[in-house]
Amino acid sequence: MSSPSTRISRRESIQWMLAASAVLAGHDAPLTGADPAIAAKGYGPDPSMVKIYQPGDVWPLTLDEAQRDTVRALCDLILPADETSPSASVVGVPDFIDEWISSPYPAQAGDRRTLLDGLKWIEDAARQRFRKPFAELSVAEQTQLCEGIASLKPKPELKKAAAFFKRFRDLTAGGYYTTPEGMKAIGYVGNVPTATFDGPPPEALRHVGLA
Amino acid sequence: MPVLQADQLQDRYDVIIVGSGAGGGQTAYALTMEGVKVLVLEAGRSFDPATEVAMFQLPSQAPLRGERTPDKPYGFHDCSIQSGWEIPGEPYTNAHAQPERQFNWWRQRMMGGRTNHWGRISLRNGPYDFKPRQRWGQGFDWPISYDDLAPYYDKVERLIGVFGTNEGIENSPDSSPGVLLPAPKLRVGELYAQKHGRKVGARVVSIHRAVLTKPQDADTLPALLHPDNPGAQQLLAEHMRSRAPCFWATDCHRGCSIRANYDSQTVHLRPALATGNLDILPNAMVSEVTIDASGKATGVLFIDKTTGREGRARGRVVVLAAGSQESVRLLLNSKSNRFPQGLANSSGKVGKYLTDSVSSSLSAHIPAFEGMPVHNEDGAGGPHAYVPWTRHGENRRMGLGFPGGYHLEFTSGRQMPSLGVVSGIDTLAASDSVLFGRRLREEARRFYGSRLGFGAQGTMLPNDQCYAELDPEVKDQWGIPVLRFHWQWSDFELNQVRNQQRHIGELLESLGGRLLKPPADDPLKAIRPGGAVIHEVGGAIMGEAPETSVTNAWSQTWDVKNLFLADGAPFASTADKNPTLTLMALAWRMADHLMAELKRQNL
Repeated sequence: MSSPSTRISRRESIQWMLAASAVLAGHDAPLTGADPAIAAKGYGPDPSMVKIYQPGDVWPLTLDEAQRDTVRALCDLILPADETSPSASVVGVPDFIDEWISSPYPAQAGDRRTLLDGLKWIEDAARQRFRKPFAELSVAEQTQLCEGIASLKPKPELKKAAAFFKRFRDLTAGGYYTTPEGMKAIGYVGNVPTATFDGPPPEALRHVGLA
Repeated sequence: MPVLQADQLQDRYDVIIVGSGAGGGQTAYALTMEGVKVLVLEAGRSFDPATEVAMFQLPSQAPLRGERTPDKPYGFHDCSIQSGWEIPGEPYTNAHAQPERQFNWWRQRMMGGRTNHWGRISLRNGPYDFKPRQRWGQGFDWPISYDDLAPYYDKVERLIGVFGTNEGIENSPDSSPGVLLPAPKLRVGELYAQKHGRKVGARVVSIHRAVLTKPQDADTLPALLHPDNPGAQQLLAEHMRSRAPCFWATDCHRGCSIRANYDSQTVHLRPALATGNLDILPNAMVSEVTIDASGKATGVLFIDKTTGREGRARGRVVVLAAGSQESVRLLLNSKSNRFPQGLANSSGKVGKYLTDSVSSSLSAHIPAFEGMPVHNEDGAGGPHAYVPWTRHGENRRMGLGFPGGYHLEFTSGRQMPSLGVVSGIDTLAASDSVLFGRRLREEARRFYGSRLGFGAQGTMLPNDQCYAELDPEVKDQWGIPVLRFHWQWSDFELNQVRNQQRHIGELLESLGGRLLKPPADDPLKAIRPGGAVIHEVGGAIMGEAPETSVTNAWSQTWDVKNLFLADGAPFASTADKNPTLTLMALAWRMADHLMAELKRQNL
């Protein structure tokens, strides 16, 4: 347990996670209670719809630098760059996550708690396991930490951490695929005016047995 | 200066119209093109579709990726402002606490009203829809038949521009030859459902929507719409030439700055203003219809929202087109010694017989769509196809347990990704862990666009448990008493939703679909709440007799002959068709009658 080897087995990893999770459970309540209340206002019922907004334009972002480092690293672990597409942090997904959990609207309040607790959890886990902040770990180490909580049927002790990871993944992917680069990556090629609408191309029709 | 401030009103108008949406817009258009002097009052602010609609903006350019919030209940880029089921300062109440007995009331406080953000689906009611009692032994027959309204359907479709095909389907009427614009080609999902849905009796055809698929015929249509009126013809021709056809991109709910789709302001109010016969007063919240000693309407009282001051507008005729329930509220609030129950309410029927579309939905993952070759299927910014109701034989004597029927609308395709674009991806990919990294990228691309769903919208006949009345205590921020709703689904609606769920389920399975959740056994778990579809109509229904209805067959109130209704309030029932096109056809027919009566000095 004290060796920072990155070659521990999946089973060991999960066991370690369980231990870390038990430690976390002890100071769970103060973590949640320490969140600064979101005092900002929303954009109201008549915002300019044509304006191009950046996260932070309407309400202030609230993550501190350390939290943003963790968010950035997690975003890029979830969607790293590949041969044709940039990584999540390059297209501003961490800013979006910060905007989301800093939202004054009630629908995001639950995510705020989940993400702030989860970020703390993963940071604690990184320091306990590797004695470094999560953002300074190698990709292999980050992967190892996250594989333990990337479970759809987590053990009871890991439920909260797993719920965090799932939600963080969904927000990261949603934040990513709603950018121009993300749309290209997923295969959305619309939003361009054309003179005609010609219907599906032959290869699409063949794909579903219609041609 | 046709868009006015409250202190610039003329002393008297021929006709005062309350509301600038589909009904108010159509009425103002029909009247002003024929020389009638009109004032339209709108409770919301002026809104410029040319500069204020967000057509190409991406979710990443909006707060929260454009997701819904209490301030923008349809999402950030949806063309609605000051709109929602809950508007600060403008409450309403429900008489019953149970969730299934809530009615949700959408208001859209902006120039053009709800026409700014609708799906542009423009289906005609069929002959049976006007005669539910004759057909199914339930509800009330309308005092008009399909044949009475058919010419006006043609006129409205020619004016606003509607694409579609004539399919000869029982009770889903064809338009007259040459009226419809060409239908766009169907998308993969629509074609796939067309082929495989036949196995379960679903017939997929082109839908009718108010979107220009080619330029309007400005050389021919104006003369058909305004015979013997060269001035109107010329204005309309210019107006039609200023509308561009669809450029096959962007969701119609965002509005359309190139004027390819219909909204009231773009298609109705713009040419109406150009006649010089129309004044529009925005930010005017009408509180009461005023009457004289003889019981005739003399105009309206309104609150100027920019100053909080009360104002008055005078006219020879008053037309209410405020949205069915807002018009009901106005009538009930217009109390006097002569009309102690509210205006035009000697029958006690004002507020009664509120109906809405009966709606539920299901969706599925279609394995055949996985890994689809990348292509652009934005198309006409909304559905190109639908499944009309064709099971009339089975339901001749309510063999299915409910009157009427329902049509199915598609949600499908490679639409612009939104925040939830990968939802459910781990299950789809049969992964036992939350996907991330390279595998997430691969699976996101593979499953994108592979979902297909259907939403049903069906007939609702009036019942005694669905109505609006004034709340005895609650008032809005201007001191105007608010509505209190009563709502209760009857067995007919619940039976219909059971049928919808089963049918959609078998249809999706006929496409090889894996349902995201099974059809609901309990219809109350599947039915969309009252008002959620934003198709509410009724409350001042038309009928054959003053004792049982609020208006005659011309949407003219029985009690006050110079008071008319031009929104959904006169609907005696909800068909399995969306109400907007019928509402406009009724409004145009009403306007023709109104002008004839004005000429005869009968008003």
